[in-house]
Amino acid sequence: MPRVMLPVIALWKREMLRFVRQRSRIFGAFAQPLLFWVLLGSGFNASFRPAGAGSGSSYSTYFYPGTIAMVLLFTAIFSTISTVEDRKAGFLQGVLVSPVPRWAVVLGQVMGGTTLAVVQGILFLLLAPIAGVTLTLPGVILSIIVMKLIALALTSLGLIIAWRMESTQGFHAIMNLILLPIWFLSGAFFPAAGAPAPMRLVMNLNPLTYGVAALRRALYWGTDTDLSNVAAFGPSVVITIIFCIVTFAIAVRTAERR
Amino acid sequence: MTYFMTDSPTAISVDNLTHRYAERVALDNVSFKVRRGEMFGLLGPNGGGKTTLFKILSTLMMASSGEAQILDAPLSQPARVREHLGVVFQQPSIDGKLTVRENLWCHGYLYGLQGAELKRRSALLLTQLGLSDRVDDMVDTLSGGLQRRAELAKSLLHQPPVLLLDEPSTGLDPGARRDFMHYLQRLRDEQGVTIVLTTHYMEEAERCDHVAILHQGKLVKVASPEELKASVGGDIVAVQATDPEALAVKIEQRFGCTVQRVDGALRIERKAGHELVRDLVDAFPTEIVSITYGKPTLEDVFISLTGHRFWAAEENS
Repeated sequence: MPRVMLPVIALWKREMLRFVRQRSRIFGAFAQPLLFWVLLGSGFNASFRPAGAGSGSSYSTYFYPGTIAMVLLFTAIFSTISTVEDRKAGFLQGVLVSPVPRWAVVLGQVMGGTTLAVVQGILFLLLAPIAGVTLTLPGVILSIIVMKLIALALTSLGLIIAWRMESTQGFHAIMNLILLPIWFLSGAFFPAAGAPAPMRLVMNLNPLTYGVAALRRALYWGTDTDLSNVAAFGPSVVITIIFCIVTFAIAVRTAERR
Repeated sequence: MTYFMTDSPTAISVDNLTHRYAERVALDNVSFKVRRGEMFGLLGPNGGGKTTLFKILSTLMMASSGEAQILDAPLSQPARVREHLGVVFQQPSIDGKLTVRENLWCHGYLYGLQGAELKRRSALLLTQLGLSDRVDDMVDTLSGGLQRRAELAKSLLHQPPVLLLDEPSTGLDPGARRDFMHYLQRLRDEQGVTIVLTTHYMEEAERCDHVAILHQGKLVKVASPEELKASVGGDIVAVQATDPEALAVKIEQRFGCTVQRVDGALRIERKAGHELVRDLVDAFPTEIVSITYGKPTLEDVFISLTGHRFWAAEENS
């Protein structure tokens, strides 16, 4: 094993071990979005038809890729919340006084969070038939790749915030004020097409919009679903990759400063 | 890492370190040296500045001004300093959700240790610290004393030449505290590890080779515990009185000695203190509530140097 990767592997594996030993995290990151999807999806189904979501598409179907984005977001949030606790008094203090370079610390944590998010995202893919989504093999492969990118960006974003935080209470506030709105305004919950112009502008500027768009297109890959109001796959993936690089770079810089 | 052997006898030198939190000066122009292979205690009440100093030395925080060097590495190059350090924090840095073995394995990876070498060192430390039969237990399920030992095992895994500990025995019962200190002494004696620990327990400070007394951010004195105690002028006579102020004046007039007023009690440092006890009781039988006499402890040193009782300083800070 190359020496420089050892710390990254250590931090990644620790994250895995902790996750399987903390059942509440599994519930929080997976069951909660599932509940949202079932309740909101079935509740909205009869009453609302999302504007610009394509004909013949029910709300549950529309909301399905958005729920996967929510799974990714929540997992990223949960794995970065432990960073806040760890840094003040605990495991991370020990890491910070070790000779491990900060980029490796961030990479280990981001990889941990990303893996957990993608595993749960894949579990959610199993619900596709219930959502009325017909998955194809290329669709599944592309979806997993896109999920990895989104998760990487969101975990990095979570870390940027977590590194500045003194307490988990503060993190909850930030989560509600920043992270959830980013998700709300990403086209996950409702399409930009029907939104008022200022909100549409914000949605078009939101990098997660393109992650959700790429995911939506990947999930419906090779089907005849109407996606005319969703950004094209290629540019969406490129923007998501840029989102990853920028957030990761800022996360490393934040960690190097403190 | 043979170059440690060839260098100067100083393991840590601290030069004019000052640290401010906003307006509060937590560390005020502190300078001292720690010799290689000694156990060095930073003694002081909470808020005295020792945790700030610990954070600066362990590279968690940058000092506002001043310099410090650990072996051949200045604090301005934290990456090099970290190579030399083993650190035990006041709060556990072992992961409670992992077993002892997993914690050591994780720590080893952080320091580039793996495979047979990692196994060998872990096994050796676990045996030395009496943790061999608990390696596969989740750390959360261990007693406080065992958790501290696991913490120590972790911090020693990469064989650091300098070990920093922040209040290492907080929360331990007296027996576990003695065991822990005993192990630190063995580390110093058998492996020549330089140990710096912060403490507010006098009996821990007594076991150090040198003690630095920190009070309100200032370094009051650095000396061996014996020197510190010898610096107090003889024995200690402490008097509780109905009217301390009036009695203090009378004692000063009659016996010509300095009387310190410490939190409502009177305190006199004097050679042949037992004679003074007899004379005082003879002279002021009604004014004295109680009178005690003893050889100076580090607590007396602290009072003598700062004019405060140790625990009172802690409450006021």
